[in-house]
Amino acid sequence: MEEKILEGKSFKFGDDISTDLIAPGRYFHLRSNLGELAKHVLEDADPDFARKVKPGDFVAGGKNFGLGSSREHAPAIIKLAGVGAVLAKSFARIFFRNCINVGLPALICDTGSIEDGDRLEINLASGFIRNLDKGQEIRFNPLPKVMIKILSDGGLTEHIKKNKGFNL
Amino acid sequence: MGKTLAEKIISDHTGKEVAAKDIAVVDVDVVMAQDGTGPLAVSQMEKMGITKVKKPSSSILFIDHAAPSPRKELSDSHIVLRRFAQKTGARLSDTGEGICHQLLVEKYVCPGDIVIGADSHTCTSGALGAFATGMGSTDIAVGFALAQTWLMVPGTIRIDLDGGLARGVFSKDIMISVIGKITSDGATYKALEFSGNMIGNMAMDDRFTMANMAVEAGAKTGLFPSDEVTLKYLEAIGRKNCFKKMYADPDAGYEQVLDVDCSRLEPMVSKPHTVDNISPVSQLEKVKIDQVFIGTCTNGRLSDLAVAADILKGRKVAHGVRLIVVPASRDVYLQALDEGIIKDLALSGASVMAPGCGPCVGVHQGILGDGEVCLSTQNRNFKGRMGNPNSFIYLSSPATAAWSAVKGYIADPREVLV
Ligand code: SF4
Repeated sequence: MEEKILEGKSFKFGDDISTDLIAPGRYFHLRSNLGELAKHVLEDADPDFARKVKPGDFVAGGKNFGLGSSREHAPAIIKLAGVGAVLAKSFARIFFRNCINVGLPALICDTGSIEDGDRLEINLASGFIRNLDKGQEIRFNPLPKVMIKILSDGGLTEHIKKNKGFNL
Repeated sequence: MGKTLAEKIISDHTGKEVAAKDIAVVDVDVVMAQDGTGPLAVSQMEKMGITKVKKPSSSILFIDHAAPSPRKELSDSHIVLRRFAQKTGARLSDTGEGICHQLLVEKYVCPGDIVIGADSHTCTSGALGAFATGMGSTDIAVGFALAQTWLMVPGTIRIDLDGGLARGVFSKDIMISVIGKITSDGATYKALEFSGNMIGNMAMDDRFTMANMAVEAGAKTGLFPSDEVTLKYLEAIGRKNCFKKMYADPDAGYEQVLDVDCSRLEPMVSKPHTVDNISPVSQLEKVKIDQVFIGTCTNGRLSDLAVAADILKGRKVAHGVRLIVVPASRDVYLQALDEGIIKDLALSGASVMAPGCGPCVGVHQGILGDGEVCLSTQNRNFKGRMGNPNSFIYLSSPATAAWSAVKGYIADPREVLV
C-alpha cells in the first residue's frame, strides 16, 4: 500500500453501529445526493458528528461495525465527511468490502484503549497506529492482498478503469 | 476432503478446485440492484466508462423499496433506473411487481448459480441451492459491466435441524433462535449451510425465510441443498428445466456444526434493537403494540399470508393497533386474492398494500411515531430501521404477528393454533 501517514482526532463509537445509524432510512430520498446525505452521517449514533468532524479525523468503533444493509452510501458519506480511516474491532462483511471499494481504509484493530478525542497517527504501510495522546501503539491486521490492490488504485471503480477488468 | 455447498458452487464457476479462504474471480449468473442501490451502481458504471451490460437478460433492476414513490427525489431515481434498462437491455421490474429477492427466486435464480445483488438479503436465493450474496453498488456495477466478481471462498457453519416443529412454531422461530445462538456477527465472512432430517419436510417458503436471515448472523450466504422440494417448487412455477441437484459432499469440512432440536422450540421474538436479542414469546412481559407489519422478503409469501389470515378470519384487529399487510410479489398477491386470503385480512381491519418492501426500511407506508412499538415479520430491527430512531421494533413469525394484532400486545400464537 502507499506510504501514507494519516493524522487526526478520533471519534469513538460503541459496538454494532449499523448502516441504519450511519445512513438512516428516513433520508433514503437523499441517496442520489451524497453531499446532502453526508450532512446526516452517523446522525442516529451521534447527532452532532457531522458538524464536529474535520477532514482527516477517524471513526473508531467497537465490534461488528457497519452491520446491516449493503448501502454503499454508508462508507461513501463517511469518506465524504472527510474521515481518513475507520477503525474497529471487527467489521460486518459487506460494509468492509464497500469501504475498500470506495477507497476508505477500514482497519481491524483493538480499539478498546482509544477514547473520544484521542489524536492518532496511522501508518497504512507499516500497520501501526500511534495514539499520540496516550503514547501507545496499536497494530492493525493487514488487509488481504486483493484489497490492498483495490485500495491503492483508489477504489474499485479506478481499479476497473485502469485495468479494463479485474487484475487481482 | 469433500466440498461444502459453497465450495462446490464456486469451484464449478472457476474451473478449478477451490477451498475455504481461496480468492477467486468468478463469472456470475445473476446480477441485481434495487431502487435504493441501483442509481449509485448506474453512476459508478458511468465513472468506469462502461456503457454495455454484459448479460442483459440476467441483469435486473428492481423498483421495490420506494414503490409507489412517496417523493419526487425517489421518482427521479426511478427514472434513472428505467432509462438505464432501456439503454442497456437490462431487465426492469417496476412498481407493483414486488420485492427483488422474491422475484429473483420466482423468475431468475437456478440451483448452482452464483448471484450477486446490491442488497444484503440477496442471500435469500441460497434456499434454491445457489451461492447468493449481497454487495455494494460498485461491486454490482462491475457485475453489470463484466458479469464477474471476486470472492473469498467462505468457510461454512453447518446447521443441523432435527425434530418436528410444534404447532404455532415456524421456520422464522427456528431462525431467530439460531441467530440468538450464533449472534449478529458469529458467522461473519462465513456461509451457513442448512442440513439435517427436518429440511426434507420444509417447504420452499420456509427455506426462503431462513436463508433470507443468514446475513443477520453476519453470514455471506445461507445455503440449502436442492432436492425434491426444490424441484416441485420450480415445477409449479414453470421453471423445472433449471433444476439441478446441489448438495455438499458427506466428507466436507465445516468450521462448526450447530445442532438444533426443532421440537423443543417455542414462538420467538427479537427484541429492540438487535436481531440476536431474542426471547421466547412466553417469557415476555405484556408488550403493548401500536403497529403490526406482515410482509417483506422474509415473511411476505403466500404461506405467511395464509397463516395470518387463518388466525384473523372472523376476528378484528385490536382497537388502537394498525395492521399493515404487504404481499412479497404480484404472484403472491394474486394467489392470495384467489384464495380469499386478502379478503379475510382486509375484513379483519388490515391495510393491504401494493407488493414491495412496504414500511420495512422506513421510507414510507407505515413510519412509526415517537415511542411507538411495532411487531414486524421482517428480518431486522435496528434502531431507526422503520424511519424513526425513537421507536421500537420486535420481530416474529406471521402467526405471532397476526395473533398479537388481535390481542393488542405480543401474544403466543399457540393460544389460538391448538
Ligand atoms: S423487504 Fe425489507 S429487508 Fe427485504 S429487500 Fe425490502 S427493505 Fe430489504
